[in-house]
Amino acid sequence: MRSFQQKLSEFDARGIRVVGISVDPPHVNRRQSKKLGYTFPLLSDAKAEVIRRYDVLHHAAGPKGADIARPAEFLIDSSRIVRWVNLTDNIAVRARPEQILSAFNQIEVTGQ
Amino acid sequence: MKRKWNWSIWLGFVVVLAGLFSYGFFARYPITRDFPWANLSLLGIGVALLIVGLFRAFGRPQLYRGKIFGSIFTAIALFLFAFFSYEIFYVLRQVPLSAHAPRLGEKAPDFMLLDQNEQPVGLGDLLSGSQAVVLIFYRGFW
Repeated sequence: MRSFQQKLSEFDARGIRVVGISVDPPHVNRRQSKKLGYTFPLLSDAKAEVIRRYDVLHHAAGPKGADIARPAEFLIDSSRIVRWVNLTDNIAVRARPEQILSAFNQIEVTGQ
Repeated sequence: MKRKWNWSIWLGFVVVLAGLFSYGFFARYPITRDFPWANLSLLGIGVALLIVGLFRAFGRPQLYRGKIFGSIFTAIALFLFAFFSYEIFYVLRQVPLSAHAPRLGEKAPDFMLLDQNEQPVGLGDLLSGSQAVVLIFYRGFW
């Protein structure tokens, strides 16, 4: 998410909001935001309810066998339609901000 | 005659450890994280140096030290290399399929969650007055 913070002005310029979602409680998110200098919100899904709703749960992959989110990125437009998805098959490989920005630009160009 | 210091073994072992412990640093940059070539290169160079050192120790034992500790260091280094490869090429790829995740063109499920300041934030709030929202699900910092 460091790379998203670095490109945040480009998301802002297009009116795109960026948020992170994990099972971390708000106080951990507050600490991490401060430490890493993130200015976009980190949302806390401590019971992994939304993570389940999006089917991005990684069962027992967290500390002490806790359920956590697998890495995944979704671009959702203003009518709540999913316009771009990335479900990685390698935990170390995440979406890059440039991919999402160009997907958004594509939508703008085609009007679709 | 005092035998020579077998520097190749020591340097090799240090490079292997550096290859392992620099993962956190290289993981900060997508170019060295997507495929950890920097770590793998360091591990490879380290092991090669160890093998050179071992050849010296066993080939010219009257000149170089390191038959015993060189063997031990090389065994540890190979174990660490194997462990790293297992993590990178197997463990990191054990990701759930997420077959029922929202697809392109589908409506994204709504939600309401607390942000880092304990304020409730919903998908609707995020979308009001904006063109789009990027949801980044991440494993967490714990």
